[in-house]
Amino acid sequence: MSGSAPNGRRPVSGADVCVVGAGPAGALVADRLAAEHEVVVLDAGPRFDPADRLERQERAIRPAYDRPDVWDGDDERDAHSASGDRFYPLNHARVKGIGGSTLHWQGMVMRLHEDDFASGSERGVGPDWPIDYGEVRPYYAAAERELGVAGSDDNPYAPPREEPYPMPAFAPSYSDGLFADACEALEIDMHSVPNARNSERYDGRSACVGYGTCQPVCPAGAKYDATVHIERAESKGATVIDRAPVQRLEHGVDRVRAAVYATPDGTEYRQTAEAFVVACGGVETPRLLLLSDSEHYPDGLANESGLVGRYFMDHLFAGTGGVLEEPTRQNHVGFLTSESHQFYDDADGEIGPFKLEFFNYGGPSPVETALSADTWGEDLLDRLRQDYGTHVGMGALVEQLPREDSYVGLDPDRTDDHGNPVPDVHWTVGDRALRTIERANEVQEAILSELGAEITWQVGPDDTGPAYHHMGTTRMGTDPEESVVDPRLRTHDLGNCWLVTSGAFPTGGAVNPTLTIAALALRAAKDVRTSL
Amino acid sequence: MELTRRDAAAALAAVGAGGAVAFGVDRLRGDGSDGPDASGQDPPAEARLRETFVAAAEVLYPSEVSGIGGFVEGFLEGRLGRRDHADGIRAAVGALDDRAVSWYGERFAALAVEDRDRLLREIGADTAEEDPEGTTAERVRYYVVNELLLALYASPTGGELVGLENPQGHPGGTESYRRGPK
Repeated sequence: MSGSAPNGRRPVSGADVCVVGAGPAGALVADRLAAEHEVVVLDAGPRFDPADRLERQERAIRPAYDRPDVWDGDDERDAHSASGDRFYPLNHARVKGIGGSTLHWQGMVMRLHEDDFASGSERGVGPDWPIDYGEVRPYYAAAERELGVAGSDDNPYAPPREEPYPMPAFAPSYSDGLFADACEALEIDMHSVPNARNSERYDGRSACVGYGTCQPVCPAGAKYDATVHIERAESKGATVIDRAPVQRLEHGVDRVRAAVYATPDGTEYRQTAEAFVVACGGVETPRLLLLSDSEHYPDGLANESGLVGRYFMDHLFAGTGGVLEEPTRQNHVGFLTSESHQFYDDADGEIGPFKLEFFNYGGPSPVETALSADTWGEDLLDRLRQDYGTHVGMGALVEQLPREDSYVGLDPDRTDDHGNPVPDVHWTVGDRALRTIERANEVQEAILSELGAEITWQVGPDDTGPAYHHMGTTRMGTDPEESVVDPRLRTHDLGNCWLVTSGAFPTGGAVNPTLTIAALALRAAKDVRTSL
Repeated sequence: MELTRRDAAAALAAVGAGGAVAFGVDRLRGDGSDGPDASGQDPPAEARLRETFVAAAEVLYPSEVSGIGGFVEGFLEGRLGRRDHADGIRAAVGALDDRAVSWYGERFAALAVEDRDRLLREIGADTAEEDPEGTTAERVRYYVVNELLLALYASPTGGELVGLENPQGHPGGTESYRRGPK
């Protein structure tokens, strides 16, 4: 099936599986099932034309456009609230449309560490996952092949692997070499970064050509995005309906019967199926369940535990940067080539896991500076030469623990373009995460001082922000009173409904979540297939 | 440092040309295309468009850059292939010329370099934030000033002026980020 509106966006009769959400989780499930089953994928946003990516890149560079403009964000469709103490800028890094937020993402794909699956047992805080690393391990390998990961087995702190990465890692940057000297003096190990970005031609897609705008758009298609698996699913017979936001899930006591979706002309349709896979991420998935309340389920669907939307987690950012008295060669590419997980597994009840990142894009991008400058000609060139060339920067991702007072709910006072209450991201961060940010800052300062940098900026506990990794809101577990989905992501309450999102993560660890989302999606797809 | 048509092609690779580049070429050559556009308004002559852009680039680009004429013409050819964008360029250039005639008695391209610089600043294009649908200052900033600055500083030659041979937006490969300074 091709085209953006098959059969006038009407439902497919006799569907076996209805997938809600065309991001990486939904796309992978659809691809795995499409050859043998009738699969329908519904997505709230549009199908983007690949030919428009250079124009989107221009929007990413020009100051007239905000981040949501790059992928046609819509203030009414994407309206949201943030009632917590910390504002949550939900739309800064999410995309509604075929491919989902992988169109925008950075493309960093690490496996969780073994202790991340057993935080309660190993670190004394938070719950254990109901599955361990060994159970997810083969699915991690499969996910790396599906996404196409460039990496190297040089991280001494990473969990054990069974096979090489599909592609060789990107070589370290010039500035990585500067950091390496400082880290060696401090006995801090650096290692490569697994990237869902082609270091060579892979799966029919181009190698990276260095546009430098990876986040929010890769014009080359070298960065993985979920259109890859949507197109593959369509080639196997799946039907993909864009601009079809699901309004609610119709259900009986123990089964979902239909996904009711709207179309651009205002028509509502019911897509029936044997199995339903909700893959709308850690915010829209609990929202859809809460919007699907009924007489039998007055608190929302799959919510007998009362935990739908609870335990919202993100990774927190900690960063430090400065300038050297020598060239640092930044902003040639938009991705990272070195990290350190050395401090990750020191985590305990007081300090959480964190990973360190060594930036290749520290300091200003000259072209962006030029477009916002208040001068031109010689003055501008002098300013650009002064501003560019000697910056260095480091980041860190920090774990936050699940808390009941950090949640995604509905805002009854605000509605979207279809009259549905918008998601309210009530984000609360605990002291352990804030202490961990301080610890990450200390290590960053030590490295930059050893490097001889004058430190010019720092993001610490007071001004930290999210990494836009929405986790915890449909928690995985074996006890229906303590969790929303089982270890294969099937809801405890409804036998034909799976929630395939990072909402399933009981704890978040401190690595980017998409590879784990992909691994769990492949695992869930197997369960869906078995059920049919 | 000499800008070439190859640099113009590289700049277009960063921001995209429309599908009708030939349309732009014909227009720039001024071959009978100066009539009213679809909106019924008389656009500035396309030859004037090119002259205005080159004249603006002579103000906006640093003196160590040469070959501006061919570079700007090549870049503009591609950009005029995007019809909506081309309409915005024409309107902004028209507004710039109107101000030039009103305040200095000559079209923008006919003014001395110092007067062009002064006019752009008097319009407010130096401090305005670019906005394709904004005030005259904001539209001149978007469609003229930043159009030309984007062309230069997203191209490898423009990047090299600053010490960055693969600037953001340019598909310059995955070698330069590994190299040390020259």
